[in-house]
Amino acid sequence: MSFQPARIVITGVGLTAPNGNSLAEFRQNLLDGVAGVEPMDVRYMGRLIAGVCHYDALKYQKKKELRVGTRAGSISIYCAREALADSGVNFDAMPKDRVGVYIGCTEHGNVETENEIYAISKFDYDTKYWSHYHNPRTVANNPAGETSLNLGTTGPAYTIGAACAAGNLGLIHAAQMLRLGEVDFAICGGVSESIHTFGIFAGFKSQNALATHEDPKKASRPFDRDRNGIVISEGGALYTLERLDDALARGAKIYGEIAGYCVNSDASDYVLPNPGRQAECVRKALKNAGMAPQDIHIINTHATSTPMGDIQECEAIRAVFGEGCPDTYVNNTKSYIGHCMGAAGALELAGNLPSFNDLVVHPSINVDNLDPKCELPNLVLNQPRKVAKVDTILNNSFGMLGINSTLIVKRFVA
Amino acid sequence: MTKEECKQVVLDIIADIAPDEDLTNIKPDVRLRDQMELDSMDFLDIVMELRKQHGIEVPEADYPQLASLDSCAEYLTPKFIALGK
Repeated sequence: MSFQPARIVITGVGLTAPNGNSLAEFRQNLLDGVAGVEPMDVRYMGRLIAGVCHYDALKYQKKKELRVGTRAGSISIYCAREALADSGVNFDAMPKDRVGVYIGCTEHGNVETENEIYAISKFDYDTKYWSHYHNPRTVANNPAGETSLNLGTTGPAYTIGAACAAGNLGLIHAAQMLRLGEVDFAICGGVSESIHTFGIFAGFKSQNALATHEDPKKASRPFDRDRNGIVISEGGALYTLERLDDALARGAKIYGEIAGYCVNSDASDYVLPNPGRQAECVRKALKNAGMAPQDIHIINTHATSTPMGDIQECEAIRAVFGEGCPDTYVNNTKSYIGHCMGAAGALELAGNLPSFNDLVVHPSINVDNLDPKCELPNLVLNQPRKVAKVDTILNNSFGMLGINSTLIVKRFVA
Repeated sequence: MTKEECKQVVLDIIADIAPDEDLTNIKPDVRLRDQMELDSMDFLDIVMELRKQHGIEVPEADYPQLASLDSCAEYLTPKFIALGK
């Protein structure tokens, strides 16, 4: 008798993106071509551009909690509460030890450490002025821990460090834990507070990978011939995931079903992507889902608007999908919101989920001159595309140190 | 510095570290922790802000002296005066 893993479904979405603080607002801006990148002062570096979120932090937290906690914790709490509200679950009645919180992060602790070093610089670097909050703020589980504190959940709550693939990893890990029976309800996805550390800006600038453009909203332009780097953004998207039987039993609204996934590693370079391994990741995810390339209707690319990275992902997609997938459309969400790092995969999936209902593929915007090396069949550029069928979404998210992730979500059919 | 001014310094610090609290009716002779949400980390904040903002060191053995506004004033006022404040 073969093992049949439980079917896992998405029942709630909570998010904050640089261009929207709910799924409805985010989606509308993706369809309307509204980007959310703006000028921002960065310590030591001056005026740069970034994707900044403008959610109401006091909606679910007290001022004191915001003072003591971290931005990543605050984003997590906002997204978790919004997802719970959206799921319609009776959370008060739920056994809190059966709830898991799994939050993907690119990194955590840089913001808080930089803040403390800056603070003690005003006291001649005397460490007796170092905050007693430093350790709880910088432990790697901070965003998930703050979320469990706020929600009162007593099941597992931790972060998953997976560079810029982390958003997908949060969902994948939650699905696995639900299938193992470790928890009955999962809050999962990814968050990022990265814009509050100068180090990430300086690092990408030293790498010649930081985007510049006179119009901030046009700076993130994957696939455009003149793209020149990444727009760094903050954000978060958390989902409620449940086993299908549980979701059906409570009459939950179902956004989609986890169909398959793969996580693999390049084992080839610290920062340079590896299209061969990316293609392998996509193929394994398809196999895991029991699908062929032509079964995929939307591919949300990871492309970050770097000259080389975009070409290499297109190469990987071309290798898997070739010319024989007439119903497969390709788009990119970073062109609106920049690179939300640990939140990227989770946010970009959210932006595409409504396509199951409206059958519209949001475009990759800011492509004035398509780079010939990024040409792909059915690449949706600048204008939304109404299509005949959207039953599947394939979401790519890749990260430094060669971590690749592909998550496939399909329309729920009973 | 008078004891009343000293109490105001402490209240100003508390207003920053406990921004959700209404401090208008704080009783000076009652333990602060009995009147508001103030945990041990918040208490360390008071000690840190006295150090940062006013250059006043409070050794751990003396923490009980900061229990109420009155006891804060008794303990801290001479320290402010010694610093010429």
